[in-house]
Amino acid sequence: MDGATAEPVADQGPPPVAVDLQAEFEATGVAGILREFDQDLIGLGPVKRRVRETATLLLVERARRRMGLAHETPTLHMSFTGNPGTGKTTVALRMAELLHRLGYVRRGHLVAVTRDDLVGQYIGHTAPKTKEVLKRAMGGVLFIDEAYYLYRPENERDYGQEAIEILLQVMENRRDDLVVILAGYGPRMDRFFESNPGFRSRIAHHIDFPDYGDDELLAIAERMLERQNYHLDPGAREALARYVGLRRTQPHFANARSIRNALDRARLRQANRLFETASGPLGATELSTISAEDILASRVFAQGAEGARSAIGDQP
Amino acid sequence: MRVTQGTFSFLPELTDAQIAAQVQYCIDNGWAVNIEFTDDPHPRNTFWEMWELPLFDAKDAAGVMLELDACRKAYGDRYIRISAFDASHGWESVRLSFIVNRPDEEPGFLLERQEIAGRAMRYTLRHRSATI
Repeated sequence: MDGATAEPVADQGPPPVAVDLQAEFEATGVAGILREFDQDLIGLGPVKRRVRETATLLLVERARRRMGLAHETPTLHMSFTGNPGTGKTTVALRMAELLHRLGYVRRGHLVAVTRDDLVGQYIGHTAPKTKEVLKRAMGGVLFIDEAYYLYRPENERDYGQEAIEILLQVMENRRDDLVVILAGYGPRMDRFFESNPGFRSRIAHHIDFPDYGDDELLAIAERMLERQNYHLDPGAREALARYVGLRRTQPHFANARSIRNALDRARLRQANRLFETASGPLGATELSTISAEDILASRVFAQGAEGARSAIGDQP
Repeated sequence: MRVTQGTFSFLPELTDAQIAAQVQYCIDNGWAVNIEFTDDPHPRNTFWEMWELPLFDAKDAAGVMLELDACRKAYGDRYIRISAFDASHGWESVRLSFIVNRPDEEPGFLLERQEIAGRAMRYTLRHRSATI
């Protein structure tokens, strides 16, 4: 069945004699995606570099294939490791698009799943469930979030092992049809790979997502608000900068996700403030301005000193 | 005797690549692809047994081919067909249906005669591989 379903590069007449990589880079749309990628995502320097390197490798591989120098599909399965809220899912979406443009996956859709979608609750339930997900992901990218939950060494009768075996088999035999991306927090993923050497050897690209710096988080916050047509007044910006610094020291800090939640709560407070204090009609400026008091009301400031002490103990 | 029913049945057997291309055409049209099998390919037998559920959310033919391979492994000695259902009218109606697997030897149909009142004859066709 590989004939007609193979990617379009395979049947484009006689192999070319020379290839202009730069032109190819632009023509496939890869350049555009990488440019967008650079502009849309704040920070993530090492990730951008790795994605660019991977894209270049695949572009060259594609050219080699058209000239008949390479025949096997390279291993494309990846692992994304990093703390919560560092953009793993977002990058996976871009990656799917990128692989699609390069012709390594046929559809370029992303199916994001967690343990619950793969592992069943009773004997014989796991295999059909995993296969169902795999069928859905065929021709695209399967993104398994918090992949280490699949393997639970403390329970030897855990059904996760069954899902792992099916996944490994498909990752090996169906390399043309499916790319698997495993994602999770660094240290736990390392332990997961140690206990499942099969995964380690089948994954070619490991990309590590660093935490965001304070100024990057602030820039992300402004980008998020901009998209929703809100803006911060100078006092609020200063308060948010302090918020970011304090929030980082508290438990369950999830980078950009924490910031998004903080902004949601700030919008809630802003709406209530407007509702309670407004005496006349409000203009667009008032409705879209978040001021310092909306942010300063956060419990993060109240718990600031206390939270910093307890954070050392209960960081997950 | 070669059973000819459904689309493409007067053509040579489709290869897997051709089947996958047809399935992809169905998926691209938004139709749900379904795999069915039977040992009784009588043209009036519209109810073939379903192989699992229709693949409503498959985006790529590879997923369907995976199921077709599994079905062939289990029921390679029977007739297997792929049907595509279009739900855009609000109900599922068949848009495309074609046979993708047949037994190695197709025994063909048996003509049964039944004598009724006044020495009149009634005729009925039965497929030789049908178990009922």
